[in-house]
Amino acid sequence: MVDDVKVIAEVPSFTVTLMVRRYDPEVSEEVKWVDYEVTVYGTDRVLDALHKIKWEIDGSLTFRRSCAHGVCGSDAMRINGRNRLACKTLIKDLDITQPIYVEPIKGLAVEKDLVVNMEPFYKAYRDINPFLIANDKPEKERLQSPEDRARFDDTTKCILCAACTTSCPVFWTDGQYFGPAAIVNAHRFIFDSRDEGAEVRLDILNDKEGVWRCRTTFNCTEACPRGIQVTKAIAEVKQAILKGRP
Amino acid sequence: MSLNEHGTKTHHHQHDVVIVGAGGAGMRAAIEAGPHLKTAVISKLFPTRSHTGAAQGGMAAALANVEEDSWEWHTFDTVKGGDYLVDQDAAEILAKESVEAVIDLENMGLPFNRTPDGKIDQRRFGGHTRDHGKAPVRRSCYAADRTGHMILQTLYQTCVKLGIEFFNEFYVLDLVMADYNGEKRPSAVVAFELATGDLHVFQGKSIVFATGGFGKIYKTTSNAHTLTGDGVGIIWRKGLPLEDMEFYQFHPTGLAGLGILLSEAARGEGGILRNALGERFMERYAPTIKDLAPRDMVARAMANEVREGRGAGPNKDYVLLDLTHLPPEVIDAKLPDITEFARTYLGVEPYTEPVPVFPTAHYAMGGIPTNVKTEVLSDNDTVVRGLFAAGECACVSVHGANRLGTNSLLDINVFGKRAGRYAVEYAREADFVPVPENAISEVEKLLAIARNATGTEKVAVLRKELQDTMDKNAQVYRTEESLNEALEKIAELRVRYQNIQVQDRGKRFNTDLLEAIELGFLFDLSEVLVMTARERRESRGGHFREDYETRNDEEFMVHSMAYKLDKTPEKPGEDIRVDWKPVTVTNYPAMERKY
Repeated sequence: MVDDVKVIAEVPSFTVTLMVRRYDPEVSEEVKWVDYEVTVYGTDRVLDALHKIKWEIDGSLTFRRSCAHGVCGSDAMRINGRNRLACKTLIKDLDITQPIYVEPIKGLAVEKDLVVNMEPFYKAYRDINPFLIANDKPEKERLQSPEDRARFDDTTKCILCAACTTSCPVFWTDGQYFGPAAIVNAHRFIFDSRDEGAEVRLDILNDKEGVWRCRTTFNCTEACPRGIQVTKAIAEVKQAILKGRP
Repeated sequence: MSLNEHGTKTHHHQHDVVIVGAGGAGMRAAIEAGPHLKTAVISKLFPTRSHTGAAQGGMAAALANVEEDSWEWHTFDTVKGGDYLVDQDAAEILAKESVEAVIDLENMGLPFNRTPDGKIDQRRFGGHTRDHGKAPVRRSCYAADRTGHMILQTLYQTCVKLGIEFFNEFYVLDLVMADYNGEKRPSAVVAFELATGDLHVFQGKSIVFATGGFGKIYKTTSNAHTLTGDGVGIIWRKGLPLEDMEFYQFHPTGLAGLGILLSEAARGEGGILRNALGERFMERYAPTIKDLAPRDMVARAMANEVREGRGAGPNKDYVLLDLTHLPPEVIDAKLPDITEFARTYLGVEPYTEPVPVFPTAHYAMGGIPTNVKTEVLSDNDTVVRGLFAAGECACVSVHGANRLGTNSLLDINVFGKRAGRYAVEYAREADFVPVPENAISEVEKLLAIARNATGTEKVAVLRKELQDTMDKNAQVYRTEESLNEALEKIAELRVRYQNIQVQDRGKRFNTDLLEAIELGFLFDLSEVLVMTARERRESRGGHFREDYETRNDEEFMVHSMAYKLDKTPEKPGEDIRVDWKPVTVTNYPAMERKY
């Protein structure tokens, strides 16, 4: 079937150069940019090009990936200076007359090539109590109106890829800042009519490393591969803190 | 921690319950076990990266929130959908416990779509009917078209709340069995830590496999790169049987050429399949429920349209999923993700253009045989005490020869929960089985082969050739000849596999090495699938033999049970024995399957 893709695709096949930021502390402490030339098809994504390099040229090139269609959140990386998912970025949509620059997301320690240490990111997520807090013991489902359900729909889409948090200039300079993704996940519960933990979460995010560090640069919203209105969600959390309730 | 002569660091852990896999089934089991006993979840991925998150359409349960429904109708649909190869006692449990499973998730916080009066909303899905096939019924509970994503997130959130202990990016590569009081019992699993290359031995009283599927044996697949069937492969290498491996589901609506899944919910919401002539061809194949026929029938109908020259596109090799008659606001509210896939990956606008689709390898109905308590079986009825399996890796069997859409998200919740519960029940009474001194030797061997691999064959090339032959010879249509061709090819690839190269020589994040090891599991499972497909000389559910076009209940209303023989084959497949196991029938004698 893959061969037939050529027909569906607008661009049959073409050659591109990828410049990949390589780093393997087992080999050397030095970071280097390595260029690779690969032939790709119109429906190929940056992830396909990286696989081509790994599978045909250099098996040691290391990156995370799984679902390959933008739902698992494994392969956020910086592509031509913008945070994106490699599996959702079609090569033909980039400027292919120039090399495509691929590097790890910023603000988290690089482990090897495009793999970063995600633990500080996950910790910020865990710290906002990312789970339903409710003391009632319903026998059936809790009721929720479609309007109440719609209130937090956008922030349920988060896939924890870290594209937003690692595009945030505040996070780059202060790794202690909770960051957009943690706030998005707090929003998902704060605005859920079934949840009773808003006060606790708002208190956590009122911290000096909380929402007030956001400088509304909108980088996060632009970076989100799920189209979440991240900056808006952060603003809603700020409002809720001022009001003392969602 | 210990260091052996190869310089491998080995760490030792002990937990009452050890769960392998952090998708839906694994985490549902952990939520059940964690509050009671010391529990570890070991996963090759960070939990929310698991492929449960890619499931879209919904989770079946006869809540009857929007129209009359009953668990008995759901049981019947499951049995009929599975072409009567379903164990009916298991299907009854699935349908009965579905309501509790959905309520559990809602109570954990899952944001289901709601009816105007605030209840969980439900929609139609293929093969789910009212009153034994009379008309489609609204049984699927859903959260837009990202129900799997919401289930995975909700289960992980609940695990965080409960403080479940995870070992993420740990690849389990072996199950250690030991003789204990005269029987073979599981003692531990051995895992490879991606970040360091260290080995970890996890001793457990109860060990639960929830490792998911193995769609990467095929080229065109909806499955993630990581779905290489390591868990099922490990069980196979231990000499334990695998059940119904010939039954592999091809989902009708994969994006043409890419295999990316477009949910059946698209048809549940009114989408129509059309051929190049614009004809709604499902009217000819399933006059009553048309586009909402079960997946095996729709996939075959699509393949048949293409074969008979009515395919669309320049190569006439796909059909079209037409959503253009649906109001854009319905598409946006109910199918936002999948319509975005069409836009992103094919540049097609589903509001105004039909979407090119073709069947994509999706789901393994077969796997590790278990009873309804999720206990793993070593033959037709002997339990391996202390070993459990649930979810796609297991075969209980609720899906029989063809799974209904929305029954897999249900399966992982119902049987994942059961796995947790029975693992706890067992571990409370059982002792730890001592870990043998050579516990890591099998994994050491695997790693040594890959680490020293300086041959000329590329892993990716062998994998692609395997996937090509499986797509060509063991897909929607199969014959004795095509299956033999696949068998020969796999044997050839196995020989070439002895001469592979692994370029990455490091210990840190060595995914090059792991891809080589994963390929070994893909070979094993492909071979079992092909052998069982060859021995099943009939057509049933997802298994269609062009040389035996009809269902043959007299000879084949039985599950296949494949066993690995301890011998070197002279001819491909000779080291696999295929045996049979009776189907459990309670209320539904086999009937002709028409929709």
